[in-house]
Amino acid sequence: MLDTLMLSRIQFAANISFHILFPTITIALCWILLFFKVRHDQTGDPVWMRAYRFWVKIFALSFALGVVSGITMSFQFGTNWPGFMETVGNVAGPLLGYEVLTAFFLEATFLGIMLFGIKRVPPKVHTFATLMVAVGTTLSAFWILALDSWMQTPAGFEMRDGVAHVTSWFEVIFNPSFPYRLGHKLLASGLTAAFLVAGISAYRLLKGDTKRAPKMTLKVSLVIAAVLAPVQAFVGDLHGLNTFEYQPQKVAAMEGAWETKNGAPLLLFAIPDQENQRNKFEIGIPNLASLILTHELDGEVRGLKDFPDEQPPVAPVFFSFRVMVGLGLLMIALSWYGVWQLRKRGELPKWMLQGLVAMTFSGWVATLAGWYVTEIGRQPWLVTGVLKTADAVTTVPPANVGLSLTLYLIVYAVLLTAYIHTIRSMALKAVKIEDFETNEPVADGNLTNLGNQTKEVQA
Amino acid sequence: MIDAYWLPVIFIGLMGLAVIVYAILDGYDLGVGILLPLSAQDELNRDTMIASIGPFWDANETWLVLAVGLMLIAFPAANSLVFYHLYMPVAIMLIGLIMRGVAFDFRAKAAIDHKQTWDRTFKAGSLITTLSQGYMLGLYIMGFEQSISAKLFAVLSALGVTAAYCYIGGAWLILKTEGELQKRAVDWTRKAGRTCMLGVVAVSIVNPIVNPGVFDRWFDFPLVMFALLIPALCFAAFIGNDFLLGRMPKVNDRHSWMPLLLVVAVFILCFVGLAFSFFPEVVPGQMDIWEAASSPEALTVILIGAVIVVPVILLYTVYAYYVFHGKATELNYH
Repeated sequence: MLDTLMLSRIQFAANISFHILFPTITIALCWILLFFKVRHDQTGDPVWMRAYRFWVKIFALSFALGVVSGITMSFQFGTNWPGFMETVGNVAGPLLGYEVLTAFFLEATFLGIMLFGIKRVPPKVHTFATLMVAVGTTLSAFWILALDSWMQTPAGFEMRDGVAHVTSWFEVIFNPSFPYRLGHKLLASGLTAAFLVAGISAYRLLKGDTKRAPKMTLKVSLVIAAVLAPVQAFVGDLHGLNTFEYQPQKVAAMEGAWETKNGAPLLLFAIPDQENQRNKFEIGIPNLASLILTHELDGEVRGLKDFPDEQPPVAPVFFSFRVMVGLGLLMIALSWYGVWQLRKRGELPKWMLQGLVAMTFSGWVATLAGWYVTEIGRQPWLVTGVLKTADAVTTVPPANVGLSLTLYLIVYAVLLTAYIHTIRSMALKAVKIEDFETNEPVADGNLTNLGNQTKEVQA
Repeated sequence: MIDAYWLPVIFIGLMGLAVIVYAILDGYDLGVGILLPLSAQDELNRDTMIASIGPFWDANETWLVLAVGLMLIAFPAANSLVFYHLYMPVAIMLIGLIMRGVAFDFRAKAAIDHKQTWDRTFKAGSLITTLSQGYMLGLYIMGFEQSISAKLFAVLSALGVTAAYCYIGGAWLILKTEGELQKRAVDWTRKAGRTCMLGVVAVSIVNPIVNPGVFDRWFDFPLVMFALLIPALCFAAFIGNDFLLGRMPKVNDRHSWMPLLLVVAVFILCFVGLAFSFFPEVVPGQMDIWEAASSPEALTVILIGAVIVVPVILLYTVYAYYVFHGKATELNYH
């Protein structure tokens, strides 16, 4: 039987995994929408507005899912992890408070104008509202990643009577891992949105859509991906080096390194066996891990056996890391090849379009894998060196947690299915609609079917 | 710098503000969800009703996040205690909130054959959210007592809050709709208002009986003269509104904003009454605000942000309501 700790951990992981899917899309998608809108304002070309109108619907849907799953998150601290706020509330509280005050209200309020206000406000105000939503989503990422990074590499505080008190807000927010994590996450959002746009656009083309909009959004998204993917590899590497410095046990788990070695190999595959503190079926490239982490062939990489009381669960960290890196490399290859083909031939071969459709939600998988690396890799700590996860959990009976977890899992499974199904049917609907040239901006993302007969023609 | 005595007082004030603004704003959109008629010929009415809350619901729910956030941030000890007792109702409320939030967006994008399902989900989600909020309020007033009578009181409170949200939802619809739908909204509002008044009376009688401290506070001479003004005004608003609704709708849509204004007054008065019963306790009978508060340093940091940001939030919220003023039927006819 699972205890309250394990069930609460699974529940938190399920909630945050489900939640993070949608902000990962909306943070960057909103900037892409702003780009479409600004291009339309500049050129007057109605195709940008059609691209905007199609994608703003997907944005609205993703945003709604992000909001409701985010509300769940805000309650989880109190319901399942009371020890967290009681110990580090003086740090976490203001960070969360600033997120609500500066980000949530901004994005939620201007979202109404962005989605429904296009005919009620001047065009510039509407573009401004779109900008405010984009700023809001990004600000929200800023605050929550400041908190998450602080939990990984805490700084700027002192402990008094078992409670953390802040000594420097600057050090709390700009703690050692924050710039890397923020950069890594924003780029991940960019890639997730880019591959979503590319995948759906490719799907429309494969289904026989001959309009200009999907071709254009395909191009825009591939260019974004081709720029961001290599940058992400670089930032990811910096982030890894930062982790190597501050949380060596996490890197040891990522590398599957049990013994401290000079000239550690980079393992391509292995099955970590935590019980016996060794790997099975190890395949690796000699000295490469040392080279990557220390920039010397025989640099020292500390092994997990150096941290007997602080070992994270090794296998999930080890495998998630490989999934993330593998997908990242695939993203670089696909986006570069795609841009090259578009330059050379002006269109993509069929297999490439199919490949992009298969990669539609690859950003989600890579993001989740990355989160598992960093968050599972932090265990057994909730706040590194300050608070262990086991000491923060609630005393609510396991049966209650089990019941709530079951309910959440059912709801999430239904919603995820409905979300993907709805995006697919929206794309199919867009294929069938006649092209219709108009310069007049038409509001969209409406929640009702009012006036759809006239409106849908233009989508 | 403000000292350790006043900071928790200011924060309970802010939290109270967030709670009452949430109850009013999300109250009307939850109420509209509960009132949603499900018959086939009402599809257009459903579209209009949902259009009336479309641009707002998202920001409305943010006030809940702010209220919970403030409790979490400013009163972590109270937060842990409250959510230990409310574990299951909170989980059920969240599922309700999730259902309605997404149904809202899915209904427009789903194929026609699924639209009805999402409408049902929207209504059910709104009802679940409201019932669980009322149930939690009841448990809270009873100081999380583990008795049958406390649970029964919580059930009563759940029904009362549901009536209250229907009341404000109906009043919102009177303002935002016209024609036949508006006539029905008048009818809904009137019935909900009467039910709501019964609920308020019941709570007002039970509360001082079960909480002796509350009784002493309300009937402490000479304050009693002043304190009783609150229920007096509250019932005046109820009864005045009932008379007004009997004459609605009026020619040229006159006074269509009045019912909403009166319901808001009822909400504020009820809230002030509750606050007066319990302040400065943050968990009735168990914990006061000074015992539960975070460190003054942390509270000061948030306060600085709140003082700057909250007025800005209020400003752009007012702007958003201004942008979408007028009847909801005009909305979404692009």
